[in-house]
Amino acid sequence: MSSTVAPNVSDVGGPGRRTVYSMCGMCAVRCPIEVTVEDGRVTWLQGNPHDKALGTSLCAKGAAGLSLEFDDQRPQTPLIRTGPRGGGQWRRASWDEALDYIADKLNETIEAFGPCGIALSDRGGPFVDLTRTFVRALGSPNYFNHDAGCTGNAHNAARSIYGFGHEGLIFDLKNTKHLVLYGRNVLESLMVKEAKAFMAALANGMRCTYIDPRATITASKATRYWQVRPNSDYALNLALIHEILKQGVYDQDFVARFVSGMDSLREAVQDTTPEWQEAHTGLPADQLRGFVEEIAADVPRVIFHPGWMSARHKQSFYVSRTALILNALMGNIEIPGGFVLGKSPEQYGRKGLNHLTDRVPEVVEPRVDGAGADRPQWDPAIGMLHQAFAAMETGQPYGIGAYVAYRHDPLTGLPDPEATQRALDKLTLLVSIDVRYSETGWFADVILPESTYLERANILGQMNGPVPVFTMRDQAIAPRFDSRPAWWIFREILRRMGVKEALDFETIEELWNYQLDGTGVTIAQLRETGIVALADAPTLTPRDELRFPTPSGRIEIDSETLTGAGLASLPPYQPKEPPTDDRFVLLFAKTATLAQGQSLNNPILHEVAPEQVLWIHPDRARPLGIRDGEEVEVNGGGRYVGRIKARVTPWIHPEAVFMLHGYGATVPLATRARGFGVADQRLQHGKLYDFDPAGGGCAMTETIVQVKPAAAAGADR
Amino acid sequence: MSDYILRHDEASCIGCQACEVHCKTNKNVEAGPAPCKIITFGPVEVGGHPRMRFVFMPCFHCEDPWCVRACPTGAMQKREKDGIVFVESSLCIGCKSCIAACPWGTPQWDPATRKVVKCDYCMDRIDAGLQPACVTTCVTGCLSFGVATEVPDPRRERYARQLIAEPLGSDEDSP
Repeated sequence: MSSTVAPNVSDVGGPGRRTVYSMCGMCAVRCPIEVTVEDGRVTWLQGNPHDKALGTSLCAKGAAGLSLEFDDQRPQTPLIRTGPRGGGQWRRASWDEALDYIADKLNETIEAFGPCGIALSDRGGPFVDLTRTFVRALGSPNYFNHDAGCTGNAHNAARSIYGFGHEGLIFDLKNTKHLVLYGRNVLESLMVKEAKAFMAALANGMRCTYIDPRATITASKATRYWQVRPNSDYALNLALIHEILKQGVYDQDFVARFVSGMDSLREAVQDTTPEWQEAHTGLPADQLRGFVEEIAADVPRVIFHPGWMSARHKQSFYVSRTALILNALMGNIEIPGGFVLGKSPEQYGRKGLNHLTDRVPEVVEPRVDGAGADRPQWDPAIGMLHQAFAAMETGQPYGIGAYVAYRHDPLTGLPDPEATQRALDKLTLLVSIDVRYSETGWFADVILPESTYLERANILGQMNGPVPVFTMRDQAIAPRFDSRPAWWIFREILRRMGVKEALDFETIEELWNYQLDGTGVTIAQLRETGIVALADAPTLTPRDELRFPTPSGRIEIDSETLTGAGLASLPPYQPKEPPTDDRFVLLFAKTATLAQGQSLNNPILHEVAPEQVLWIHPDRARPLGIRDGEEVEVNGGGRYVGRIKARVTPWIHPEAVFMLHGYGATVPLATRARGFGVADQRLQHGKLYDFDPAGGGCAMTETIVQVKPAAAAGADR
Repeated sequence: MSDYILRHDEASCIGCQACEVHCKTNKNVEAGPAPCKIITFGPVEVGGHPRMRFVFMPCFHCEDPWCVRACPTGAMQKREKDGIVFVESSLCIGCKSCIAACPWGTPQWDPATRKVVKCDYCMDRIDAGLQPACVTTCVTGCLSFGVATEVPDPRRERYARQLIAEPLGSDEDSP
């Protein structure tokens, strides 16, 4: 055991029964939870009923937090690599030793590359003030979140139109008449509050059009399902806009007052008729027309979802962009049944949390990925992580020598882990801070075990919404192993690097008091309920006061930022050749029990995990001799080849195959997940640096795989 | 049958398995036993739409439970006051007779205790004034529980709402 200890919050581990309000940590949604602790042991987890939209609901992953807590297959002490990278040879280290080792290597990096040669990535969310502060305190601009493989395209698309990210648009599903989803699989890529609101809205008569090459559970609840060709959604949107303008099914008053660039829009969609899109999407023109006729009565209470996971193809940015334009045409901004704008505490006359980043000077050096500078269309607040990997490989525009992956596993979350490993292998220092053995952790130089979300407190979070809230993840129990909370880990590294003032707090309460100073909210209040709302009820901005943080103050169809980057505001659709013979577009998704790669080593989630199968259309399976339930071989063009059972079903588009993501892990100490299923990201060969230039997201669903019966593959050998 | 009903409204179910996992953690069982289970089937075609089927399988708490008859030690019991069928763990010898006897395979073998565990409507929670674990945490609220005569059936209300929402003479498919 190390002599360096992190202070627990008071009362942890004490006798008796306590209720702790906190935040779940089993996926990146981070639902508010109520934790029952008996004699220092967690006995029950449920949703935090103080959040009325959630109630006591909590998903299967959330329940399995207990299974994570009692599982021994997680890092129990700091580990320092002794053999080659990824070789699995480690020695246990004390915290002092591991932190000193990291500080030495960071100093080495700074000497060789300067402070900008340090990078960190995490998975975004309400606690990034801590990680941003850490990176900034070291003098580097290179903080990244995971959005290169997630919502970066949609986020940057929204910035190019509305001036803020799409997380600032909050769905008022309760009053929505029609919701259009482009593969946004609300019921399986689960956010509990959203799924609850969605099902309640459907029961209340909301209609839903679900667009996806594959029929998901969300499709099964929708009122309309369009099985379009893979990656053709931009063509669909151009035709939808064409038809909506032609039929005049839009809010003309809203558009006249708040939208600029309508002439450009008319020009861009002049020829994209319902008939034109047929060949691209496979959707009959009359169905598209029928849809537009149907929503006519529902405008403005019609929402086109701009997407979350939008790292799909090289025009995904423009799918989100046109979806956001469709919303502007509906005039659904700041009205019941449309998008309610996320609001800050200041907009309600309250003070927001004090930022930790304010404690350290701003870094003026350019980011390694060019975000906000050479690539002005990419938000520098989130970056594009694949360009950090490119810099590790090439040293351009400058080298990256040290990289911290905090609760982030890019070897699972981004395409082509072999390519990522080549980049990571050039590093002086690779650190994984995590509660589990991730693929990235196994390739790291140092693994620092973070305490689980039940064993640690985080910095406070602020979520801007219709009503802004402060949220608390409080510590429920003492750590089972020699682990530490993140705030302590980053503080200790900074202390060793001689920048102690950034996070100079002895306890989490002291840190919380810094955040809360002047807000009128106390730690005691937050402990009482877990979340504190900063207004009694949401207020909608009056129409006359509506302004957008864009150069013109309006919703901008023509974006100066895009033009400045040499990009079109609405380029022509790039037609897709249908893959033939044994070739298919590879699609992926998750189910309600899976959070990417992090769930499958959890004892209970592993047990309830669905068998991973390859969905394939009967018309394509037949000529290849592929039969339902039999094994096939899936080849993405790299060294890795997957073997998986076929599920022959008409509910997948003939040009695509589909498998669940998060399977096929390799870490030997995670025995349940290891070798379980096929890793789709390893089939996404060559896709790490193949990205949408406008949005920055990886073009994951442009992956083409070859599929053949496994028996024939055996005969080949 | 017990006095209670544990109702599953399939139309609101999304097959997320929250009920299964919360049930397991509440009963403190790891991999193996599943005192309740959601069986998912589909997509199947219904009127041109893809539709999923979800079947919820807890214990039905029979009026004349074969598991109770089959139990040689009296561990499997029917609670006098409300008809809940439960297993008294201290009396269970792990013979699995109840598992064989139940027509639905409801009693579950727990390899950790080498005894049987089953759905008892979380009677400890009910007695404390709470709802069963699965109902408390259900994501969409498709599970409901209570005295059988007191729990409203969501299907009636939904059907009535649909009747009112659809224009007269409409032949459109209901969602």
